[in-house]
Amino acid sequence: MTGNGKNNTVLEVNDLRTYFYTDNGIVKAVDGVSFDLKKGETLGIVGETGSGKSVTALSILRLIPEPPGKVVGGEIIFNGSDLLKLRKRDLQKYRGNRISMIFQDPMTSLNPVYTVGNQLIESVVIHRKLKKEEAVKEAVRLLQMVGITEAGNRLSSYPHEFSGGMRQRVMIAMAIANSPDILIADEPTTALDVTIQAQILELVDEIKKKTNSSIILITHDLGVVAKYAERVMVMYAGKPVEFSTVDNIFYRPMHPYTLGLMNSITRLDEEKREKLKPIKGSPPSLIELPAGCTFRNRCKFYSDECRKGFPPMKEVEEGHFAACYMAADILKNRAAKDNIDG
Amino acid sequence: MIYYILRRLLQIIPVLLGITIILFVLMYIIPEDPAQLILQKGATEQALANLRAKMGIDKPVYVQYWRYVKQLAKGDLGQSYRYRRSVNSILAEHYPNSVKLALAAIFIEIVIGIFAGIISAVKKYTFWDTLVTVSTTLAVCVPVFWLGMMMQVIFGLQLGVLPMSGMGDGSIRYYILPALTLASVSTAYVARMTRSSMLEVISNDYITTAYAKGLSFRAVIGKHALKNALIPVVTLIGLDLGALMGGAILTETIFSWPGIGRVIYLAVLQRDAPVVIGGTLILVLVFVFINLIVDIVYAILDPRIRYHKREANV
Amino acid sequence: MIMDDDKKVKKVGTAAIPDELEIEGKYSRSSLYKDAWKRLKKNKLAMLGLGIVIFLVILAIFAPLIAPYDPNARVKEDSALGPSSQYWFGTDLLGRDILSRVVYGSRISIEVGIVAVGISVGLGLFFGALSGYFGRWPDAVIMRVADIFFAFPYILGAIAIMTILGSGIVNIFIAIGVLGWAYFARIFRGSILSIKNKEYIEAARALGASNTRIIVKHIFPNAIAPIIVYATMNVGTAIIVEASLSFLGIGVQPPTPAWGKMLSESLSFIDIAPWMMLFPGLAIVITVLGFVLLGDGLRDAFDPKMKN
Repeated sequence: MTGNGKNNTVLEVNDLRTYFYTDNGIVKAVDGVSFDLKKGETLGIVGETGSGKSVTALSILRLIPEPPGKVVGGEIIFNGSDLLKLRKRDLQKYRGNRISMIFQDPMTSLNPVYTVGNQLIESVVIHRKLKKEEAVKEAVRLLQMVGITEAGNRLSSYPHEFSGGMRQRVMIAMAIANSPDILIADEPTTALDVTIQAQILELVDEIKKKTNSSIILITHDLGVVAKYAERVMVMYAGKPVEFSTVDNIFYRPMHPYTLGLMNSITRLDEEKREKLKPIKGSPPSLIELPAGCTFRNRCKFYSDECRKGFPPMKEVEEGHFAACYMAADILKNRAAKDNIDG
Repeated sequence: MIYYILRRLLQIIPVLLGITIILFVLMYIIPEDPAQLILQKGATEQALANLRAKMGIDKPVYVQYWRYVKQLAKGDLGQSYRYRRSVNSILAEHYPNSVKLALAAIFIEIVIGIFAGIISAVKKYTFWDTLVTVSTTLAVCVPVFWLGMMMQVIFGLQLGVLPMSGMGDGSIRYYILPALTLASVSTAYVARMTRSSMLEVISNDYITTAYAKGLSFRAVIGKHALKNALIPVVTLIGLDLGALMGGAILTETIFSWPGIGRVIYLAVLQRDAPVVIGGTLILVLVFVFINLIVDIVYAILDPRIRYHKREANV
Repeated sequence: MIMDDDKKVKKVGTAAIPDELEIEGKYSRSSLYKDAWKRLKKNKLAMLGLGIVIFLVILAIFAPLIAPYDPNARVKEDSALGPSSQYWFGTDLLGRDILSRVVYGSRISIEVGIVAVGISVGLGLFFGALSGYFGRWPDAVIMRVADIFFAFPYILGAIAIMTILGSGIVNIFIAIGVLGWAYFARIFRGSILSIKNKEYIEAARALGASNTRIIVKHIFPNAIAPIIVYATMNVGTAIIVEASLSFLGIGVQPPTPAWGKMLSESLSFIDIAPWMMLFPGLAIVITVLGFVLLGDGLRDAFDPKMKN
């Protein structure tokens, strides 16, 4: 499912599968994810807890703990090579350098026994040969770039002396230290206060604009995606179910799950409705996935066809993909309704 | 930081006093009469009474105790009932031997224990891990004295390679068996703790961050994981040092090692109160002191607790 | 850490229900023990430990039926014989059958294990509860006293107590039991402190539960778990301590067969009759192994967030 113009594509993921082998069975956390990432764009990956979005992100840099996890299939094409087939040594050259990642919980993502300066400088000198003073200067510059005041003094502080928001800024500084082509942000604001969330997201967006890097933004917060993403991939139970521009996802959703999501949140752009409508039921266990479409037990549009097997991802209209046998119908009905409401 | 140290030092005093009281009372309760023990059978009542007066044990217990504390303040631990020596001199002669043995044991613990723990954590579920886990589990179950005896039989008698007892001329050969015996159980604990600490540390988010930065396995384990993982291990070893300084009675007995553990043990049997009390006091003092050092080292290694000392002392 | 963390508060759309409240609320009822038992059964090593322990208890109870000879019967002609079909473990210097003595020795060990540890646990729970639940000065005093017990060299303390009380098995119980309370008190106190402040206790209080109800229904089951684990492992330690005391001569009095005593008797004859030392020692190792394996297994069974 490649987009338009291969020259513009920075990352291509094809049929990625990551499973976890546990005592209770095989957890198919990521089961056939494909997408592409264009230069300078922000791709949002949304889904509930357990949908596989974080595992997808971790799989790109092969950070999945092995045991019990394993990337069992697919390819991840970056810079002409398949990341999944690279030797560890070569992969390490990309990590923190061409592709960086920031994680969910800033409270636990920094090593508590080393200073912030130590860890930041480490990011720099792993990939570049700098003399000590130059490295220190770089570290200060990076801290300033992420908005930490008195950067020079803060180098000798320990992570626990920083607030959550500041620690996340430090993480960002470490991630952009070598001007990566891709920055993967795995729920970067979930563990932060609401007011800080906005700051962090703005910061990331700013950096993206300055450096023209691409961003994969993983979140369960639809509001965040609405504001910052250009394209969105919706995931459910380990598989992508819809993939398109952010406008399409929010205004013309085709997959019943996406529809359900849109109905369950408050929106400022719609007329007042009486109640929020959550989606009935809960996501299936990733060990015992139902046959056929994994969403059918909760789906309003369920038909016999849905038992056949998981619906393949189809381009139902230009640049708009959905994995649903009913997608085309849903789209048609909406078009009809729009015409009526006019 | 200074306040922390001072506070801890102050806390030591009541503990020490408490121990002297307990010991004093214990020795006082013992039914046998020390004077009788010294003079043996056939001593006249008068001789016994004279001796008692001379030893000062005919006075009520609180008087004796007060005298003792006054002496203690001057650093004098009294005179042995049994031998014509000051307790100080007895300790001075035997304590260093225990210390040397303890240090040898600690060395073994650190080198073998930590190494085994790291290997078994990093190679979890493989042969090495199983080997380490099995041996550490067994080591904890083996009585120290039995291990010593077995080693004596195998290496001393059957193979004849190593000396079976005593310090001999002080060369390394004499240290090997006793130190291994003494260290056995502790090494097992150190290895287990290192293993579980490493496993816990490796599962932390900051390890993932380290990999995400492009660090190699060696760098992640060696730099990021190790320092965190060793913190509780260092504490364990430190505490163990304190305990070992307590003289390993069993090991010293089996190997006829001239250390303080044996001295105190014999003194208990001989009802030699000043030696028992004085010796135990020194042991406890050393133990508590080492604890304090361990805490300080812990604070140095783990910057987080430097700032939370108020809550730390639970 | 592997996948998205379930334990977060769900935000967008639904009401914020801390997942922890639901999960731990479940544990506060006695399903903790049912789950632990299920997990324990799966652990082969732990089951082996349990098997050894049960075997030992049977051995101790039915010793007269199992031992082939009277443990104290001396047969002069048969002294210091090696293992044979007549005497499976050989005989000691006085012509007593070692196998029978080992079998009878299990009685002492089991008794020591249970009674001594029972005393430690009892004292520990009592003081730990006082310390943990009421805090303030009872806590400070009790913890200071505990420090003294910690600082005291263990074996030395046992020797000292035995010296005063005299030899004999009851005194061993007391000595070992009294020396060991401090650790249990600390664990229990720690459990109480940490659970006391957990959210679901506040929730229960908000719903009107009284203090007693809180202690019994919520705090107790969770706090007892680490005690059970440590008590099991402590039985192993107690058995070794008893053996050590017997070895040093202050333990059980002859002619009662005790493994430690048998070992001290064997000391002078290591070269002539090594089996005198081998079998009692092995008995100790296997016994303690049983308790250690069981204890480890219990610990893993109670703590769900463990290895993968």
